[in-house]
Amino acid sequence: MTTSAESNAERLLRISEQMAARPTRRRTRFSWLTALIYLVLSLGAVVMIVPFVWMILTSFKPGTELIDFAFLPKNPTLDNYYLVLTTSSFGRWYLNSLFIATVSTLSVAFFDSLVGYTFNKFEFPGKTLIFLGILATLMIPTEMLIIPWYNMSVQLGWHQGNMQYWGIVFPGVITAVGIFLMRQFFDSVPNELLDAARIDGMNEFGIFWRVAMPLVKPAVAALCIFNFIGNWNAYLWPLIIASSRQFYTLPVGLSFFRGESTTQWEKIMTGASLATIPLLIVFILFQRQIIKGIALTGLKG
Amino acid sequence: MKLTLRRRQILWAYAFLSVSLVFFVVIRWYPTLLAFNISFRDWSVFQNSGPWVGLQNYQDIWTDLFKQRSAVRAAFFNTLRYVIIGVPIQLTLGLMVAMMLNSIGRAAGFFRAAYFIPYVTSLVAVAFVWNWLYAPQTGLINQILLALGLPMQGFTKSPQQALYSITAVAIWASLGFTVIIFLAGLQQIPDVYYEAAQIDGAGRWHIFWRITLPLLNPVIVYLSVLQTISFLRMFDLVRNMSDQGQGGPLNSTTTVVLEVYKEGFGSYNMGYAAALTVLLFFVILLITIFQLRVLQRRVEY
Repeated sequence: MTTSAESNAERLLRISEQMAARPTRRRTRFSWLTALIYLVLSLGAVVMIVPFVWMILTSFKPGTELIDFAFLPKNPTLDNYYLVLTTSSFGRWYLNSLFIATVSTLSVAFFDSLVGYTFNKFEFPGKTLIFLGILATLMIPTEMLIIPWYNMSVQLGWHQGNMQYWGIVFPGVITAVGIFLMRQFFDSVPNELLDAARIDGMNEFGIFWRVAMPLVKPAVAALCIFNFIGNWNAYLWPLIIASSRQFYTLPVGLSFFRGESTTQWEKIMTGASLATIPLLIVFILFQRQIIKGIALTGLKG
Repeated sequence: MKLTLRRRQILWAYAFLSVSLVFFVVIRWYPTLLAFNISFRDWSVFQNSGPWVGLQNYQDIWTDLFKQRSAVRAAFFNTLRYVIIGVPIQLTLGLMVAMMLNSIGRAAGFFRAAYFIPYVTSLVAVAFVWNWLYAPQTGLINQILLALGLPMQGFTKSPQQALYSITAVAIWASLGFTVIIFLAGLQQIPDVYYEAAQIDGAGRWHIFWRITLPLLNPVIVYLSVLQTISFLRMFDLVRNMSDQGQGGPLNSTTTVVLEVYKEGFGSYNMGYAAALTVLLFFVILLITIFQLRVLQRRVEY
């Protein structure tokens, strides 16, 4: 008995020694490994970032400098930006993208929240059925809907004139993913609070808008960022529905831009920089929220 | 008539849902049914109808699958290749980077952001940046090869290399997403498992195979499904990296979705294109069901 008790104590002592020794041992023994990890990660980071650096550097080079290979521009110039913004419709495409991304984001923020809230806080006949009906649409790939959408748009004239804006926006004004997310986030709003507002005589919309919404602001912000990025970068549907040049979004305009300036890489890189830089700024500003949001929801942008 | 509180709540709920219900019925469910309908017809956009041809479109796809040099045949096999090459590399690299990021303290945030940048960028801009990097003679990569005394490569201009060159860009562009999801998964594994294993004297390799990998299983399933679906839907990069956006050279890069676009909106062969999207839908549906099955069977460790 005593021996076994002793050996138990010994073992405990050994373990605690090991635990105490672990950090130092780890630091001395694994320092080479850590150095190697930093080296590999740095090389990887170079591969991730250099294409963007190269894009921006190229946009500052006069066309003649592209042939003689040098990393930095010898005579940096803003001519490419001036030319691209004045001779093509880039300015217009910018505004289009901004307008479309803003409108659809506002709409998604409002409707996805409202519907998510309703599913979380209300009981009504058909609730499960309706929710499943919305959730099931997640399984339908956009690719299958573009042909019917195009047909509907042609019937309704949404592929012509100013209606093209609506034509580009309409498929994304409400999203099933957003509804699903918001429904979960409204869990954090206590029902007692809503009941208190009811007793105060507030109407249901007021309770949603003025009591519940302010409490889920971070979730709405995340939803807005993802939606904005997604719409800003959307390509397939805008490519199909925007039939006239003035209604192109940035990605669509950029993809046709290639044809216009075949091998003028400095112009193409200027266009790519113009399309990319606003998002890079958004990303740098909201980096933490974006990455946390992705990790939390597993959203595919 | 005085409404009871419960009745009033139900009316509010339906009022809140009304716009979204109309949206999901008109913009999601009806077009889904219309896509099936169109796939059974010789559809004309301009008449918004077409004669019923039964399974003719599907038969045409079947015959095209056995025709040498058919673009659709190439599209099916290429899409399969994108998935088979892209998904495993994407997941392996993503897990490696995530584990490295998880093991370092300093600068982890910087590296995480660096790997994530391409993910927020428009794929059209990404395509052009890489077109410029891959450019024959003047492109950065060929210049580096030249400086190292290695032969220059054709990349997207070569029928043998184009698909791999585009796959590499696709992996590069969404590596950051995979890393973030893996990181979230790794951080959920309780430290006690690792501590216990270290006390038992398990080596790093052993710990990786016996603890990390099994505990990451749900994350791995989730990411494989998500990435498989996104490679199945390849369009933006191929449209902007292949010659004239036609999936060349020699159909070596074309995908199912690019063929949908070409058939449906280039040749206005809507019935055939719709049939292709219906097939895509079923493939994605099967994969999603598979995921749900596997995740439900998940073992608690």
